[in-house]
Parts: sequence; structure tokens; C-alpha cells
Amino acid sequence: MQAMPKWADIVLIPLINLLLAFLISGLVILAIGEDPVEAVSLMIDGALGSSYGWGFTLYYATNFIFTGLAVAVAFHAALFNIGGEGQAALGGLGVALVCLMLPWPHWTIALVAASFGAALFGALWAIVPAYLQAKRGSHIVITTIMFNFIAASLLNYVLVNLLRPAGQMDPASAKFPEPTHLPTISDILNGIGIPFAERTPANVTLIIALLACVAVYFLIWRTRFGYQLRAFGKSEQAAQYAGISSVKIIMITMAISGGLAGLMAINNVMGEAERLVLNSVEGAGFIGIAVALMGRSHPFGVLLASILFGFLYQGGAELALWTSIPRDLVIVIQALVILFTGALDGMVRAPVERMFLSFKKREG
Amino acid sequence: MTLMKSLLGAAASLALTAGAALADPAIVFDLGGKFDKSFNEAAFNGAKKWAEETGGSYREIEMQSEAQREQALRRLAETGSNPVVMTGFAFGSVLGEVAPDYPDTDFVIIDMVVDQPNVTSVVFTEHEGSYLVGYMAAQASKNNTVGFIGGMDIPLIRRFACGYAQGAKAANPDTKVIANMTGTTPAAWNDPVKGGELTKAQISQGADVVYAAAGGTGVGVLQAAADAGALSIGVDSNQNGMHPGKVLTSMMKRVDVAVYDAFTAGTEQPGGVKVLNLAAEGVGYAMDENNAELVSADMQATVDAIAAKIIDGEITVHDYMSDESCPALNF
Repeated sequence: MQAMPKWADIVLIPLINLLLAFLISGLVILAIGEDPVEAVSLMIDGALGSSYGWGFTLYYATNFIFTGLAVAVAFHAALFNIGGEGQAALGGLGVALVCLMLPWPHWTIALVAASFGAALFGALWAIVPAYLQAKRGSHIVITTIMFNFIAASLLNYVLVNLLRPAGQMDPASAKFPEPTHLPTISDILNGIGIPFAERTPANVTLIIALLACVAVYFLIWRTRFGYQLRAFGKSEQAAQYAGISSVKIIMITMAISGGLAGLMAINNVMGEAERLVLNSVEGAGFIGIAVALMGRSHPFGVLLASILFGFLYQGGAELALWTSIPRDLVIVIQALVILFTGALDGMVRAPVERMFLSFKKREG
Repeated sequence: MTLMKSLLGAAASLALTAGAALADPAIVFDLGGKFDKSFNEAAFNGAKKWAEETGGSYREIEMQSEAQREQALRRLAETGSNPVVMTGFAFGSVLGEVAPDYPDTDFVIIDMVVDQPNVTSVVFTEHEGSYLVGYMAAQASKNNTVGFIGGMDIPLIRRFACGYAQGAKAANPDTKVIANMTGTTPAAWNDPVKGGELTKAQISQGADVVYAAAGGTGVGVLQAAADAGALSIGVDSNQNGMHPGKVLTSMMKRVDVAVYDAFTAGTEQPGGVKVLNLAAEGVGYAMDENNAELVSADMQATVDAIAAKIIDGEITVHDYMSDESCPALNF
């Protein structure tokens, strides 16, 4: 039946893939004349060696959890949502409007409203391509990626012409008012007596991200809609034969997916920058695809993969700061990780399966 | 694995603290990149000159996106870099928040005024320098039409354009000034293709001298002008040598001097606002062997006389940023 135990599938294979990716990255670092051991130790120390590093790693991980979940949910319905970048950017607009337009008495209320705004804007941005796919058959990969560009242009327009305060040269919104500032992880941990480096961007959104992981798990594996969604993803014809409306599945799945991507904005826009700037998403929408691939579209896998990519992001920034290794090399490392975990998965899987089979035979 | 990791970690953190104890200066380059041949590159040259002369070392970060600015500043301050120099107005709002958190670190910002006790703001009188090159442009123009191509459409760049137009009109009141901006976002600092297209459009409207105040976009402007046989004017760095004999002059904005001075002052920053104007040689026009044939001795004497008059206060160049309007040019 199954060639190898489940733990090997979930843990061993990604780990081997990762090691291979790092091995080749090491060779690349060696080739440009730097010391790979020193580089890796710098990355590990910078990202995980102190609570300061963790503060950044977890901040990036929070972004990737949202975008990773967004891609994962759509994956289960066999929809490839590449529009996380644009949906998260629109989510940022939703957050900015909520925070700037209304006076908020306390951050908790503002957070609830901003989450709603972010999810709504992200979902609306995903519903248009979903409608075009469901009713018109325009392929969702094409439309969502094109919507990223439309989102970027829209944000340019809004920030330059509408949200930029008078007299400011930088195209960014005004600073959000004090009561909408979210407490950081260090505020919370220091408050209960656990020392954690201050001035790090990881904030209370991390908890929302973890809740989102749980919610997505229940949605996909514990609800009737989740069952329909998965059935649709396995075979559209069979699902239709069973009376499942494909229009409904596509629309709702993409709305949830876009909403999750949009929710990312409460982390980076409301939690960190506290104003809306251009390019606030910083590529997290695309990283989400890699995260979902690596996490096997399972919320727990997405969580682990997000932390890995958070580590790569923060470690990469440290690398660029302290060595002459260019920041672009981090993109090479990320690309290798994606290549090995996503595209070259079969290359590792086949030999590992064979190894387990030969073990089984010997036992039998 | 764990032991290895902690050993490596310890070694790395030792290396870090050793570096921090020296309090090296740091510089942050804004979007457009270190090698934009213009604004950021001038800053880089200043830092390089300091490193060569003193044998010291410095940290540098190039911004890749707008959202990184705060982390870059905090990271540098956190790791003990002092002073931290940044190029570009866009750091203004971020620095206003970061600086109070690190009272022991000196920050230097170029092109923007940030009112904090530990911040030194360096600004230039670009309208004065642009006035001079505008004067030269009108003298060199045969069609009585000169062009201006700005980067991002912000008051700072309009200040360049306004000074340029005033200078051109002062030399010859009949001069027509065509002004275009590349874009409204920071991407406009690094779009040589669009810069080249705008230049071709201006040349087809009769412009035969084009002034680029657009960071990395200017590379495309100078190229397109040289290809079409028109003259161009560089900005910030001395760009005369990019197309010898085709670049009339460059409006020098001595960002390199500002960075060099900031690094030299180390932790003894003066604070407050430092204005580098024509008198302080913060702005000016560039002469070298590449444009010697283009600028006659007569022309140079006239411009030097104008410069002297500006320094004396006999000529006042209107500053666009003082009232957001320009007498010589409509945007």
C-alpha cells in the first residue's frame, strides 16, 4: 500500500530536500569566494540566536503563514492562486482605510475591524478572477497574476493622489493614530516577566496567524464545505456529478484564499509600519506559494515552512549586512529550496521509497 | 548539532561585538542603487574616499524596497554603527521615529530636515546650481528650447526644474522650457528606458539641451540625447565623462562631500540643519576635459559672474519649496 511510513513522507523527505538545497547554496557561496560555514553560522545566529533575531524571524513567518494558507486553501480545490501579492496589497489598503477613517478607542476593537477590512479587500480582489474562472473559463493563474500588477498600480495611484498627507514627499499614508498600534510580542512577553528583545516587529498578529492555521484545518478536514472543496479539487467532473456546484466552490474558495492573503496586512501594515507604504508586501505573496508547496498544503506544514522562510529572510538580511555576500544570494538560496522541495521532490522521493521497501523486504 | 550550532553562534557573536566596539560609520543607500551614476553613487564616492584616506571601514546597505527602511536603520543603530548616514528624503518620516529610540547614535540625513537632537540634516540649494546650468543650457541652445527631465514628481525635483527654468529665462527670455517627470513613485529613480523615451519626445519638440535630475533614470536621458546629437546636462555626480563631448556640464550636488564630512566628524556631529549652498560649494557646475570644447571661455566667465552674484545676494533664485510655486515654469 504505502511504500514508506507517514513520518518519512512529512519530515524526512523535506529535510533531505532542504539539506541538498543548502549544500548547493554552500557551493555557490564557495564559488563567489566566501566561507559557507561562516555564512550559515551568521544566518543561524542572526535569525535564531537571540530573541532579537526571533522577533524578526517570527514577524516574517507571520506574513508567510497567511499567504501560505491562502495558497494552500486554493490548492485543495485545484486552484492555483498566484495573486497573493496583490490580495495582500489590497488588504493593506483595507487596513489603512479602517485605521485612518475612524477614531478607535482601543487596539483590540481596531484589530477586529482592521482584520475584517483586510480580509474583505483581499477577498474582493480574489473574487474577480474567481468569477472569470467560474463563469468565463479564464484561467485563474493568468488572471490572478495579472491582478497583482493592477493592484500595484492601484496602490500607486491611491498612495500618491489620495492617501498621501499634504506636504509629504514620500508616497505613503499618514501614520496610524496611537490607539491602533498593536502590542508587540516583546510587550506581551515582557509584561508577564519573560525577557524578549524590544523594538522587534513580531506582534500580536502571530496569534491570529496560529488561529488561522487551526481554522483552515477545521475548514478543510472537518466541515461539509471542506469535503466538497477537496472533492472538487480531486475531480471536477466527479464533484459536479455528486451535485457540487463548481461556481460556488470556486467563488467561495477564492474568497477565503484572498481573505487570508489580505489578512497578512494586519501584520505588516498595522503591526509593523503603522502606515501604508508602497510595496508593503515585499514578495510575501509569492513566498506563500513556496511555503504551501513545502508544507504540503497542510496548515501545520505551512507553519513550519513559514518559520523556515522567515529564518531565510531574516538570516539573509543579516548576511547582507555583515558580509560582502550580496542580498541577492539569499534569493538564490530561496530558489534552491523551492526547486528541491517543489519541483525536484520526485528525485529524492524515489530513492527513499526504494530504501524503505528494501528494509520492509528484509523484515518480511 | 546543537553543540556545533551554539559554538558557531558564539564565534559569530564574538565577531559581531568586536566590530561594534569600533563604532564604524554606516551608510544606507536609497532606492536606485549604489551605482546609479548620480545621487547614490556620489554618496558612495564620499564614503569610499573616507575609507581610502583613513583606512577605516564602514557598513553599507542598499534598499531593495520601501518597506525595509525602518529595519535597516534600527539594525545599524542596534549593532553600534555610529554615525548612520542615509541618502534621500524618503527616510525622513522613518528617521523621525527611529532617532528618539537611539539617543546615543548620531544620524545624518541628506536631502531632508528631521528635527531631532541626534539628527544632522544636510540639505542643498539645488535651485542655485540648477539656475547656473539652466543659464548655460539657454546659451548653448540653438533652437531656444531646452528640456528638463525629473525623476519622481516631488517638490524637491520641482525645485531643480524651477531653478533651471529661471536660469534659462535669465540668459534668454525667449527660451522655451519643456519639463517632464518620469513618474510618481520611487521606481522613477531607476527607469532609464522611460528617461530615454521622454528625451526623444522632448528632442522632437525642438529641445537641443536636456537636463536630467532623475538619479539612475538620467543614464537613459544622457544616452538618448547623445544618440540624437543633442546636448545633455548630468546631475549630482560629474557625468561629463559618460558621453565625452555630448554632455554640456553636470549640476554638481556634493553629496560625496556631505558623506565624507559626516564620516570624518564621526560621533561629533554638529546636529541641526546644514545648508550646502553655492557659497559653500555644495552645488555648482562641472568643468573637465570632456566638456572643455562645449563651454567657451566667454560662457564660463558669464556663468562664474552669475554665480558670484548669487553668492553676493544680488540675484535671488526662487526656491520652489518655499511656496510650492514657480514663476518661470508651470507644472
